[in-house]
Amino acid sequence: MKKEEEGSERPDNTAFTQQRLPAWQPILSAGIVIPGFLLIGLAFIGIGIALFLTSQTIQVLERDYTGYEQTSPCFTCSSPSAKNCTCEITFSLDKIFTGPVFFYYGLTNYYQSFRKYGVSKDDNQLFGDTTYFKNPQDSCFPYQRDSNSRPIVPCGALPNSMFNDTFELFHEVNKTKKRVPLDGKGIAWWTDYNIKYRNPSFVNGSLANAFEGTEKPINWPTSAYELDPTDPNNNGFLNQDFLVWMRRAALPQFRKLYRRITEGDYAAGLPAGDYFLTIHYNYPVLNFDGRKMVVFSNVSWMGGKNDFLGIAYLVVGSLCVVMSVVMLIVYAKYKFKEDS
Amino acid sequence: MSFFGLDWTRKKEKEVERKIRANDREYNSSFKYATNAIQTSKYNIITFLPLNLFEQFQRIANAYFLFLLMLQVIPAISSLSWFTTVVPLVLVLCMTAAKDAIDDIHRHRSDRQVNNRKVNVLINGKLVSEKWMNVQVGDIIKLENNQFVTADLLLLSSSEPLNLVYIETAELDGETNLKVKQSLTLTGDMTDNLEALSAFNGEVCCEPPNNRLDRFTGTLTCGTQKHSLDNERILLRGCTIRNTDWCFGLVLFAGPETKLMQNCGKSTFKRTSIDRLMNVLVLFIFGLLALMCIILAVGNAIWEYKEGSKFTVFLPRDQNKAFSAFLTFWSYIIILNTVVPISLYVSMEVIRLGNSYYINWDRNMYHARSDTPAEARTTTLNEELGQIKYIFSDKTGTLTQNIMTFNKCSINGQCYGDVIDHYSGQRLEITEEMTPVDFSFNRLADSKFLFYDHSLLEAVKLESPEVHAFFRSLALCHTVMAEEKKEGDLVYQAQSPDEGALVTATRSFGFVFRSRSPETVTIEEMGIQRSYELLAILDFNNVRKRMSVIVRNPEGKLTLYCKGADTLIYERLDPSCSKLMEATTEHLNEFAGEGLRTLVLAYKDLDEEYFSEWKQHHHEASIALEDREEKLDKLYEEIEKDMLLIGATAVEDKLQDGVAQTIEQLTKAEIKIWVLTGDKQETAENIGYSCNLLREEMNKVFIVAANSPKEVRQELRDARLKMCPTTEQDKFLIPETILGNTPKVVEDEHANGDYGLVINGHSLAFALESSMELEFLRTASMCKSVICCRVTPLQKAQVVELVKKHKKAVTLAIGDGANDVSMIKAAHIGVGISGQEGMQAVLSSDFSFAQFRFLQRLLLVHGRWSYLRMCKFLRYFFYKNFTFTFVHFWYAFFCGFSAQTVYDEGFITLYNLVYTALPVLGLSLFDQDVNAGWSLEFPQLYVPGQLSMYFSKRAFMMCALHSCYSSLVIFFVPYVALYDTARSDGRDGVDYQSFALITQTCLTVTVFFQLSLDLSYWTVVNHLFVWGSLGMFFILTFTMYTDGLFRIHPPSFAFIGTARNCLNQSSVWLTVALTAVLCVLPVLAYRYLCSQISPTINDKVRYKVHQTKEPAPRPRRTKLIRRSTRRSGYAFSHAQGYGDLVTSRRFLWRPQPARSTGVTPTGRSPGFKPTGRSAGYSPAGREQNPKQKVEPTSLQMFRAVKDSSF
Repeated sequence: MKKEEEGSERPDNTAFTQQRLPAWQPILSAGIVIPGFLLIGLAFIGIGIALFLTSQTIQVLERDYTGYEQTSPCFTCSSPSAKNCTCEITFSLDKIFTGPVFFYYGLTNYYQSFRKYGVSKDDNQLFGDTTYFKNPQDSCFPYQRDSNSRPIVPCGALPNSMFNDTFELFHEVNKTKKRVPLDGKGIAWWTDYNIKYRNPSFVNGSLANAFEGTEKPINWPTSAYELDPTDPNNNGFLNQDFLVWMRRAALPQFRKLYRRITEGDYAAGLPAGDYFLTIHYNYPVLNFDGRKMVVFSNVSWMGGKNDFLGIAYLVVGSLCVVMSVVMLIVYAKYKFKEDS
Repeated sequence: MSFFGLDWTRKKEKEVERKIRANDREYNSSFKYATNAIQTSKYNIITFLPLNLFEQFQRIANAYFLFLLMLQVIPAISSLSWFTTVVPLVLVLCMTAAKDAIDDIHRHRSDRQVNNRKVNVLINGKLVSEKWMNVQVGDIIKLENNQFVTADLLLLSSSEPLNLVYIETAELDGETNLKVKQSLTLTGDMTDNLEALSAFNGEVCCEPPNNRLDRFTGTLTCGTQKHSLDNERILLRGCTIRNTDWCFGLVLFAGPETKLMQNCGKSTFKRTSIDRLMNVLVLFIFGLLALMCIILAVGNAIWEYKEGSKFTVFLPRDQNKAFSAFLTFWSYIIILNTVVPISLYVSMEVIRLGNSYYINWDRNMYHARSDTPAEARTTTLNEELGQIKYIFSDKTGTLTQNIMTFNKCSINGQCYGDVIDHYSGQRLEITEEMTPVDFSFNRLADSKFLFYDHSLLEAVKLESPEVHAFFRSLALCHTVMAEEKKEGDLVYQAQSPDEGALVTATRSFGFVFRSRSPETVTIEEMGIQRSYELLAILDFNNVRKRMSVIVRNPEGKLTLYCKGADTLIYERLDPSCSKLMEATTEHLNEFAGEGLRTLVLAYKDLDEEYFSEWKQHHHEASIALEDREEKLDKLYEEIEKDMLLIGATAVEDKLQDGVAQTIEQLTKAEIKIWVLTGDKQETAENIGYSCNLLREEMNKVFIVAANSPKEVRQELRDARLKMCPTTEQDKFLIPETILGNTPKVVEDEHANGDYGLVINGHSLAFALESSMELEFLRTASMCKSVICCRVTPLQKAQVVELVKKHKKAVTLAIGDGANDVSMIKAAHIGVGISGQEGMQAVLSSDFSFAQFRFLQRLLLVHGRWSYLRMCKFLRYFFYKNFTFTFVHFWYAFFCGFSAQTVYDEGFITLYNLVYTALPVLGLSLFDQDVNAGWSLEFPQLYVPGQLSMYFSKRAFMMCALHSCYSSLVIFFVPYVALYDTARSDGRDGVDYQSFALITQTCLTVTVFFQLSLDLSYWTVVNHLFVWGSLGMFFILTFTMYTDGLFRIHPPSFAFIGTARNCLNQSSVWLTVALTAVLCVLPVLAYRYLCSQISPTINDKVRYKVHQTKEPAPRPRRTKLIRRSTRRSGYAFSHAQGYGDLVTSRRFLWRPQPARSTGVTPTGRSPGFKPTGRSAGYSPAGREQNPKQKVEPTSLQMFRAVKDSSF
């Protein structure tokens, strides 16, 4: 018959339309699964050992200074009535705390992750957009305007609640307290400092003028442009402590970097000896059962001290090895019959 | 899923009666009848947007998202930015709208084409060519041959004698045979006199528009005369004028009010079982969503009470805890909305559409001879094809070709038809290469008739008297009509295809039936024309199972020729031919054993005296008022005795290609096949054997043929007890409680072997009564195959409904004719055989193709893959979305239940649309466990689908649990690994943005691994999709967190720098790796162990394929094994009443369309029913597409007869 002419409706013969596209068809065969598990297991065990050992070398020193207990040196400061209170905690190191040492403050039971808290800021304002200085966004409520209806800059609960305890660390050398230099530069993210946050353009050569007509956040003792009297470049929205605070924590218990100890005699670390930490106690946490602490730590390639990852890798790796053995037994017992 | 349930079509005042005056547009227009313009399109440019949007929002998923959007606008509740909902919603709406727009453009185009067809309208005494759309009610129009009927018309006059018009109704009801309509004499007298027609001022008063095709009532008032009008006078839109030069008609109903358009109502919307399951699951998911939100709202209240109330120094807020909990509830509804993802429905549609295209594209389901590819007419049922448990098949035209061929015969104890090898004496298989018998000596031979045994023609040429008697009897004893348009161009129209085959064969052998009149039959015997006087036809009926003719040959000798079922004729033979009977019986058994339909021929010479006496009785009986039938039967019985045996014929009811093999394959796939046929029991049984449905190896084939309900019940019970002696009488129903609906579900029972069931029409009627239907169903469903004979179209649907209702099984009905439409519509899936008879079955079907054998590919390959893909898709989709969502739930415990999202909003928006959409789409469009060849090699692979093993409530729960586990890992591993820790540069580790990025990376990598694990067929496209999407995640993540975008709009891109500050940390990557391994390896181990310990059929086949690494085996052609036992089959697919038609003079005066519907039977035969299918004899190479060529029908022959006699 005249088949060629007739086939006007004949579908195209392509690998795609005929569902014959060449394909890789892996199956879960014993030859892949069992060695696979073994290899993953061994690799995990290897990584786990490395992680665990690394984690062991990292030194961490943590001190709670909330002043919750009466015996605590900061007990007096923790009372709400105390103003400009200073307290001092001491600690001693048996051996050198290798540097660079990082100095953190920690808070617990503190819900920076609460949605309304997190959104309570004005990104445009913080980007230096002065139109938002006069009219802060509604998300800043109730820290949008003060009682006189003057706009607050930076507005919102998140800036308003900025951590304002300050610390001074002294090392006792020859019975005298030697101040340990704390480096407050570069503790915030580069992108935050250089891109995300912008100070408003100076007006008449002054940052303060740019803030004119605005009110400082209610909890703050000073305005944003006076945050660091020692360094004019560390003011406004580009204050490092402010930037660290504004990068809100994901979980109700968190640490934030306060200072680095990288200078002078302490560049190699904190030598053994006694140390005094003077705390200017301002930040109230007891009314919501929060705790404040200071943490000294050094880091490795994997970051700060964390035993979990190492242990988890070891456990998972071992389980994989065990599993591969189980599979091998099963394979020997239930081997596919060829004739099936 | 109409959500608003609004119907805004304007309520029109209901028309009670229609009044029309011919040629009076002014009068008619006062009624505001619809014009002839039709509009099937839904929108125009202006209404498209609002209407389409309105329709789309009636879908519950879209409405739900609109609701979410509204929630998001409320500031107190809004926990997510508006764009997380708007972007997916707009995308979905746009896609759907684009699809609707394309559909509508097609409809516009076809509307325009139809509306702009031209027709001649009589306006002011002149015929004017007008567009269809301008035709109005009351116009008189002229139609010519082969034109479509423009609107519903009252036939006024026609070119044909007696004002007849022949129409084809294929578009309307699928029947290809011609029907006849006749106008009133009053109007017919106007003929084509335009003056008379324009002056015609008849007034029609008729029924309002309705959708009944077979009924019409009205009156025509013309002056003082009043005539009643019925369906006989009406031409319906959608018909085609045939064999009529011209006709005039008065438009009664136009455009949307025509019966055709009134019938284009909503077709029932079929949903797949997965759809139904999904509805249940979606309800469950909503429940889960509500539960989670309630838990979180309560959590919020508790948190506010215990913690929040003290945390006011830094976050002063509203102190009403109940109100806060209330708001939290709605906030979480927004955040957790991804458990019911909008993209799910869209993806499902896309997958089904894709898999439908595969069906359309499949060259293995393309029939070259009729140039018909397979077609998925419904694109939403694909996965259901992978779950079929019951197939209901029509026989004629579906299993068989409806082509009969004269195959063998036995004459005077001599068997003809086999080809014997001269050397070995062995019978040879008949192949195409053999040389057929050369009939060139006979100019009237049918060129398409093939016969391979040369000895029969030799016997004819040697003038063997028995052979001549054999063919003479075949040439005389039948009810076939002949038409000879040109000399030598003979066309036969036979009511039964068997008869057609016999008469055609006879014609080729030199005994040509040329014409008949009511009193004569003219045949040409070896070139000599002889006219036999036809004295009587002793018609066929179901009890007699035979027919006879009494003829007087030109020499004046009276002979009775009889043909019929062997059993009945043998009883009436003269004892003298007992020897011959033995030999013939042997041949008959042989024929029957090969599945051929046999007939026995006998004759008897009559003497004049006896006959005239009998004729007298006959005449008395035929005009008797009482017991006419019985009296006639008695008379027939009296004369049909002491006959002499001539021989037997064997006719092959040709099966379609590959039917037996297909049935074998489907049986292996545990699909139960029920044949529902209008044929009689013997024929059906015979076909059952020849197509492998019933097999000799079966333990038993039960035959239920009882005459009372009691007997039927008993026979069914006995059969069941035989199959399963331990069967319990009542304990077979399992209660099914879905949504309060409790139909009785009949549990599957297992028989102790292979059984078959044949039930005749009579018994089936009883068995389908409500008191017995469960009994019938239980017995029938235990059998491997069931054959129901003499089934009416309604019963076909009833049987399907019965199984559908009481079995938790998916049904498929396959058929080709208009009589299968009801069952095709009733079944879950309807399949139409295209390219043969009318289009009706195809038009109402969900899938169509040209050959029954394609069914195995449709089910075992396409169906199975579609089901597999859909299930994999759903499992994976739920997994990825649940995992995504549950993480939010866990995070709630660490953010004061404040509806803080874990992830970045950009990620939430893009997760379903960009990061995970394509890989899962690739999975569900390309995945195959084993290729097509292996799927057909192991039909058992189909079984898991029937048991819904790949996706069920249980599988869904497993998915949910798996997600729960994964989400716990994805949340808590980063949590424990990173909290209170520092990065390698000493900066603090987990700020919110880093944590978000880490969890979303963990999530993306985990679902990516999970997909890779699920994907068993990695084509280039899959690689592209999977790797591309993973790459896209990182690319987009980095892009969205860049300086540039941040500068454009700071608040939207607040995550600036997170990616580069976070993903450079080794601890982050170690966490991601740990998470992914913890999520995926247990699944891998579980799957591997399962496949080892209790491998499924799937595992085994895949393993085998993997081992052999061979290409798929070529499909095997199984040879049919010749059966040893013999059964007697006889062919006489006859209906009663044709004898009368042939001899009756009445039809000459008033032609009765032999097979049109709605015609009252003539004569004494109340049992005569038109069969509804064109039973015209078709020789072997019959035209496959009847649309292209109009075959002459009996009607034309009636006319021919009429012309020759007057």
